[in-house]
Amino acid sequence: MSGRKTVRVGAGAGTSDDRMLPARELAERGDIDYLVFECLAERTVARENLARSKNPDLGYSPSLHERLRMVLPACVERGVRIVTNMGAANPVGGARAVRREARDLGLGDIPVAVVLGDDVASVVRGRPDLTIMENGEPLESILPKLVSANAYLGADVVCEALATGAPIVLTGRVADPSLFLAPMMHAFDWSYDDLPKLAQGTAAGHLLECTASVTGGCFGWPGKKDVPDLARNGYPFADVAADGAIRIGKTPDTGGRLDVMTCTEQLIYEMHDPQAYITPDCVLDITGIRLVQEAPDRVRVEGAAARPRTGTYKVTVGHADGYIGEGEVSYGGIDAVARAKWAAEIVKERLRLQGFSYDDFRVDLIGLSSLHGDGDARPEPYEVRLRMAGRTPDRRAAHAIGFEVRAMHMHGPGGAGGACEPRVRDVLAVKSVLLPRQFVNPQIAVEQGR
Amino acid sequence: MSVRVYDLAHARAGDKGNTSNISVIAYDGKDWDFLRRELTCERVMQAFRHVAKGPVRRYELRNLNAFNFVIENALGGGVTISLAQDIHGKSLSNVMLAIELPERG
Repeated sequence: MSGRKTVRVGAGAGTSDDRMLPARELAERGDIDYLVFECLAERTVARENLARSKNPDLGYSPSLHERLRMVLPACVERGVRIVTNMGAANPVGGARAVRREARDLGLGDIPVAVVLGDDVASVVRGRPDLTIMENGEPLESILPKLVSANAYLGADVVCEALATGAPIVLTGRVADPSLFLAPMMHAFDWSYDDLPKLAQGTAAGHLLECTASVTGGCFGWPGKKDVPDLARNGYPFADVAADGAIRIGKTPDTGGRLDVMTCTEQLIYEMHDPQAYITPDCVLDITGIRLVQEAPDRVRVEGAAARPRTGTYKVTVGHADGYIGEGEVSYGGIDAVARAKWAAEIVKERLRLQGFSYDDFRVDLIGLSSLHGDGDARPEPYEVRLRMAGRTPDRRAAHAIGFEVRAMHMHGPGGAGGACEPRVRDVLAVKSVLLPRQFVNPQIAVEQGR
Repeated sequence: MSVRVYDLAHARAGDKGNTSNISVIAYDGKDWDFLRRELTCERVMQAFRHVAKGPVRRYELRNLNAFNFVIENALGGGVTISLAQDIHGKSLSNVMLAIELPERG
């Protein structure tokens, strides 16, 4: 790859539930050099830790099989290298699964480089004094219920994995933009002193990390922000030059749109201080960025700046936090809202009479106030769906919510319909701490041979 | 006649923990100064009072004709423990777009 003037880095997934087909289109028709799949939400690794504790072969992203089956033939044929965090809580197990898929597809024995060392659960267990960023309390307060602790690793260790030559790199927790920055650093030998280039690459990674969100997804508005052929919207890529010049494009002959408006929305997405977007690789400043439409579906990104990376890794700590129970039932026609509100009071009273209590409790009138709370002077809808939800350490108390809401069919105001089954789910909460770099030891391994 | 944020700008909401960030991007850069003057943190907090406890901070991105509003205590404790349907607060950009601003002087 070195010696080429530009590399093309494509985005194949931006969340664990992302659509799969556009990644295949990008692999087959996008003329890309790298395909990056970002598939880990905040609590995904915690959930996969639980899966691995039940079966040591599991703990990688369950979507790995289907996603890779879709793109491996095209990627192998065209020499497209894959970088993904679908290793989740078990990158080695994930690598073995990838290699089995490749063999089953008749693609032979494919080495997979694995990034390890993001799992710092044993480290943080010995550091109860660490401060939880969200509430300022010591980590000690949640250590008894700890499920996982994973550091957001940076591009450096992913670069090392790419340097092994393995066509596929599988990681656990790595910061989203770092997954995209790594192929750029690898291709052009950028160092951590090349701050303007790291800034450009990190900005590009941030633009790509939510896939279709930069090509018209999560954007369209009929008559105001029209998106052509949104049903067939394509995934994006970045053309990156050795000097850090970035151009964003998308798979040819797909739907969607890619322009300054879509790029601006994605650039600011999930950002707090736009002069200090902290990743493991740098502290990005986007306030000097200019976005220029060079051609249809092609935007040039320039002017990103950065300060050096910080001395800490951000660590996501997962911990069990009781149960959420919920139930829903609908009311329609005359006085629908009044009957729904009466039902909510009855359910609350019945839960109280049974001695159940909740850390947090919520009543939603879907169709009226479930998304944006009680607004002023809203018209009453024709029909409304009552939803009640509560969080509690007591599984029975959680189940009782949906049970009592369902009982509104027979024991509540007139004309209730369509109650759902009572729902209960385990809560895996996450908190964050900052861990000094010297306590984290990123490593690589290669799964190959027999 | 008053004008809505919707008439002048587009917006998108993101989440980090219990904090929502909402971009406001002027369609026309000429409207950025008006938005800067009228779309204050106080006005935004007033619109979000049924959803968020706040506080609200505003960052300016003049190059991008944009602002970034960061609204704390907005997501029911955060994605992983929230009892809300819209745990990420993806729909909250529409609260921003519905804010009415006074007539331009």
